[in-house]
Amino acid sequence: MLRDMESAWTPFETTTWSVYDLTRYVRQLLESDFRLQELWVVGEVSNVSRPSSGHLYFTLKDEQASLRCVMWRPQVLTQAHLPQDGERLEVFGRIGVYEAGGQYQLYAERLRPAGSGELFQAFLRLKAKLEEEGLFDPVRKRELPDWPAVIGVVTSPTGAALRDVVHVLRRRFPLAQILLAPTQVQGDAAPAGIVAALELLNRDSRPGVILLVRGGGSVEDLWSFNEEAVVRAVAASSIPVVSGVGHETDLVLTDLAADVRAATPSAAAEVATPDQANLRESLLQITADLQFEFGSQLGERKSSWSQLYTRLLRASPLASITNARQRVDELSLRGAAAIRHQLALAGSMISGLAQTLRAVSPQSILERGYAIAIRPGDGAIVSSTRQVRVGDALEVRVRDGSIGTQVTDR
Amino acid sequence: MAKNKSLDKLTYEEAFQELQAVVEQLEAGELPLQESLALFERGQALSARCSNLLEKAQLRLTELTSGEDGVITERELEVGE
Repeated sequence: MLRDMESAWTPFETTTWSVYDLTRYVRQLLESDFRLQELWVVGEVSNVSRPSSGHLYFTLKDEQASLRCVMWRPQVLTQAHLPQDGERLEVFGRIGVYEAGGQYQLYAERLRPAGSGELFQAFLRLKAKLEEEGLFDPVRKRELPDWPAVIGVVTSPTGAALRDVVHVLRRRFPLAQILLAPTQVQGDAAPAGIVAALELLNRDSRPGVILLVRGGGSVEDLWSFNEEAVVRAVAASSIPVVSGVGHETDLVLTDLAADVRAATPSAAAEVATPDQANLRESLLQITADLQFEFGSQLGERKSSWSQLYTRLLRASPLASITNARQRVDELSLRGAAAIRHQLALAGSMISGLAQTLRAVSPQSILERGYAIAIRPGDGAIVSSTRQVRVGDALEVRVRDGSIGTQVTDR
Repeated sequence: MAKNKSLDKLTYEEAFQELQAVVEQLEAGELPLQESLALFERGQALSARCSNLLEKAQLRLTELTSGEDGVITERELEVGE
């Protein structure tokens, strides 16, 4: 084994590499080292060039060495800021080999100012520390008031953030009053200014909610919102805080310490307030409820009133009088009928009696051919021979009159 | 109905909450007509107050600053279009 290796070193080695093979071999070596495939490199920028292809070429160097860098056009187009000669940058990318040039170089994908890495490390350390302390605990989060009549705003008086907040609140919840605690939001004075503004609003105590807002900017621009004192002041606020810093993708530590995180200043204003369209709707609804409820109660009252009234009418003396009157009418009708009936009955009885009377009257006997003899002196009816003597006058009554006679024989 | 605060002192929230309470009281029912009517009228007035507040609402922007002596001053700012 040792022999073989030694033999590889002899000048009599027969295998000769082509430049291409060697270059490719080196390339494979570099590209197979994962540490070289995702890395940040810091250095000073020089020799920036951007030919018409749109790719970007530059050199990163420090006192002892330099590194060729290339950024392809698609990545170049996503950069907000392109490197300038003399600038210190941190460049993210992978190491590869440009075979035709025989050069290894950094294929750059992202750029950031030098020191960012350290800043980011500091950010992570502080985040971990405050997390440990429980400053970001979900249980610490408070509900925002439904309708904050007074809204504290901590931001720059001249910034776009204030304009955005005002714009949203004018449209959405113009019932509110904004209490602006103005402060710088970037630069060295910003952290202390923000802390003082938060304290000022807390002392005031009118605000139902505080919006801590700032428009978009670079990581450095937003850095005040990662300062420990500021994050602690947010957590310590006795008034709920909404943090709306930068754009959607920016995360700052005040976002984590606040009761609500909003992606932007506008979003912070929205999340903290009701929409007046909804207010109008619920006002209409409850007013309709009020009118319906009262209306239906009136209706119920009216119907129970009319029921009662009916009962009252039924129970009133007037009703009994009417009743009595009706009964009188009825009775008198019935009385009259009864009397008529009685009269008719009596009438027929009378005519029956008359008939009987007629049947038994002397006249009817006379009619049948009998005669009655009457003593004219006293009018006595002669029914025996012993009542008369010969020579007495007798009146003989017959059907149609009397005949004067004399007793000739007895 | 002992109604404490005069209408035009009420904030939107106060007026709306009282309106809600009025409706709930009415809904609970069993009130003498006189009281129902008073509640209803109060409710109507509260509703009008809310509506009026919404119509006239104009966002106010007040700047709060603390001087070096700790004295806090307030200044009304224009709310631009």
